[in-house]
Amino acid sequence: MATTLQPYATTGQRIWFYTFRVLCGLIFFYLIFPILVVIPLSFNSQDFFTFTPEMLRLDPDGFSLKHYRDFFGENGDYSWLQAFGNSIKIAPLATLISVSLGTLAAIGLTQPHVPFKRQITALLISPMIVPLIITSAGMFFFYANIGLQGTFAGVVLAHAALGIPFVIITVTATLSGFDTSLTRAAANMGADPLTTFFRVQMPLILPGVISGGLFAFITSFDEVVVVLLVGSAGQKTLPWQMFIGLREQISPTILAVATILVVVSIGLLTTVEMLRRRSERLRGMSPS
Amino acid sequence: MAQNDSTTGGVMLAADGTPLKKSLDRALRAQKIRALALIAPLLLFILVSFVFPIGEMLLRSVQNTVGTDYIPDVLPNVVVELEEWDPASGEAPPEAVYRAMAIDFSAAFDNKLHTQLGRRFNYETPGMSSLFRKSGRPVTKLDPESGNLKEAFLEIDKDWGRIDYWATIKANSGRYTINYFLAAFDAERTLDGIKLKDPDERVYQKLLLRTLGLSLVITLCTLALGYPVAWLLADLPARTSNLLLILVLLPFWTSLLVRTSAWKILLQEQGVINDIWIWLGFEDRLSLINNQLGVIIAMTHILLPFMVLPLYSVMKTIPPSYLRAAKSLGATNTVAFLRVYFPQTTPGIGAGGLLVFILAVGYFITPELVGGADGTFISNRIYYQFSASGNWGLAAALGTVMLVVVLMLYYIYDKLVGVDNVKLG
Repeated sequence: MATTLQPYATTGQRIWFYTFRVLCGLIFFYLIFPILVVIPLSFNSQDFFTFTPEMLRLDPDGFSLKHYRDFFGENGDYSWLQAFGNSIKIAPLATLISVSLGTLAAIGLTQPHVPFKRQITALLISPMIVPLIITSAGMFFFYANIGLQGTFAGVVLAHAALGIPFVIITVTATLSGFDTSLTRAAANMGADPLTTFFRVQMPLILPGVISGGLFAFITSFDEVVVVLLVGSAGQKTLPWQMFIGLREQISPTILAVATILVVVSIGLLTTVEMLRRRSERLRGMSPS
Repeated sequence: MAQNDSTTGGVMLAADGTPLKKSLDRALRAQKIRALALIAPLLLFILVSFVFPIGEMLLRSVQNTVGTDYIPDVLPNVVVELEEWDPASGEAPPEAVYRAMAIDFSAAFDNKLHTQLGRRFNYETPGMSSLFRKSGRPVTKLDPESGNLKEAFLEIDKDWGRIDYWATIKANSGRYTINYFLAAFDAERTLDGIKLKDPDERVYQKLLLRTLGLSLVITLCTLALGYPVAWLLADLPARTSNLLLILVLLPFWTSLLVRTSAWKILLQEQGVINDIWIWLGFEDRLSLINNQLGVIIAMTHILLPFMVLPLYSVMKTIPPSYLRAAKSLGATNTVAFLRVYFPQTTPGIGAGGLLVFILAVGYFITPELVGGADGTFISNRIYYQFSASGNWGLAAALGTVMLVVVLMLYYIYDKLVGVDNVKLG
């Protein structure tokens, strides 16, 4: 049809076909260009945010690792590295909480008879829907009452709540293709519920659980608003540092940080895609 | 099975002799309890870490507090004495009110609350903050037993005779107040009751309309760009489309701040896009950032995957033979698209459009960084009230208004799409 070319296509159809392809190509370019352009820019030897004439001539002098050295604190400023360290501490803990509670709840939600299933799901998905500024403001007030405002634990709990919807969505999606007769078969052969869970169900839904975990991880790793309001100076994360840097004096070190984060997200995306295909293979579906 | 069942008086019995119906009910109940037990820990967690905080915010929008104290607890005597006074009378309050104020003000001064109190009233009636600050020590020197406190107050500052100031204090004598909501809807209390502000002072209405308007434009842009891409992905063979899908998923997985900073770098006056523009031979650099255009460009990019993915999953289920059938029956390309293909994609448009719109309405970071003065959203105003201006009550009221809007959209989304149908790649 409009997007596939038949051998008997008329000239008009051919023109339309190629116009459509070019149009889609431009949209893909719009999607990917801003992300990829920061990579070469980050090797700029000058403090500019654009390609210098040296870079365009591919002159080696136009390129350097200056911004990366700044990131690692060679200029004596360790704030980026510290912020990175905080992110690395907060995100795994938040992920652990979201994944463990979220997986259990997802298993509960996919049972055949769950009272108030729709309402419970809506509630569990809502942290993704409610604007972050509202969530953060509420957390600021409430956590201040119970002494969690400005603490490490407060930020971890807040981030765990934000990661829950992603775990619920991915794990329930995996469980919807899960053959429940397998758990019954295991029980029939004498396995207790715990053994059944860990030896039969868990290995099969593990790809979904890991994907959910990666989503929760990236949610926390990328989060600013909660850190701005609930956190304090001790919990400056990498996004916090970037946000402040972008709002005030924009420093070219951001280019290096952005490149590092793009590489991290490419890694995460590859992992998730591989897990998805593995999960489909395990469930006997064709990988498409 | 059948031979184990015994029938007594028409009631089916299970193997252990209990009526089958009861036995089944019990099994069902056990199943329900087990499911709920699995969900309970998370529900409890979400309740404490997410639902209670939002409830707290809703409360803050109506609580009439200064710091952590309710205003009637800080000004107990004034509140009682002001009950008798009517601002509409056109006269300043009687001597008893001034005596009460002398007592309460001194107590507030001892607790270092008088400046906060002034700032609190200042949100509603500008000028009261400086009055309270200036009157600090002089008022504490007054003798509450003396007979002429009204004059003494007026001697400290003649503004203590202003009726609108006293009217503001009287309007705030309850533990709960709707004043923050009045402010959020651009209304104010005047001596003749509650009125909307002058049309050019209605900042929050304008801001809410701008937020909704820009979100709509962004949603339409993502639809215009997402529709052809999703269609192409759905029509291509699986191997190619999986590869191209990565181009959609990579932005989705890339940090929001990276994408925003990339746009900030690309769009700025000395940025890559303007450099190409000049290189193409144009004279003037374009102003692409710190305005609404910048917000639309950046947010369309950021939210595009949320449009493409639902559209793609709907389009994948539409057999290509339908379009061929329509054409073989004589439809032109346009008619075949409009009457056969497009109607079948509306569930995807609804799902993607609502999701993008809901997410756009609440955006904070991108408008904050690339929006400039006229591209900010209501979230940015809430953050400003919260952090810079310190007017938490107004921030909470604005947040409540926005929450209501978003929850209504979420309800529609649930009815149309179903929350259990949200897909992530």
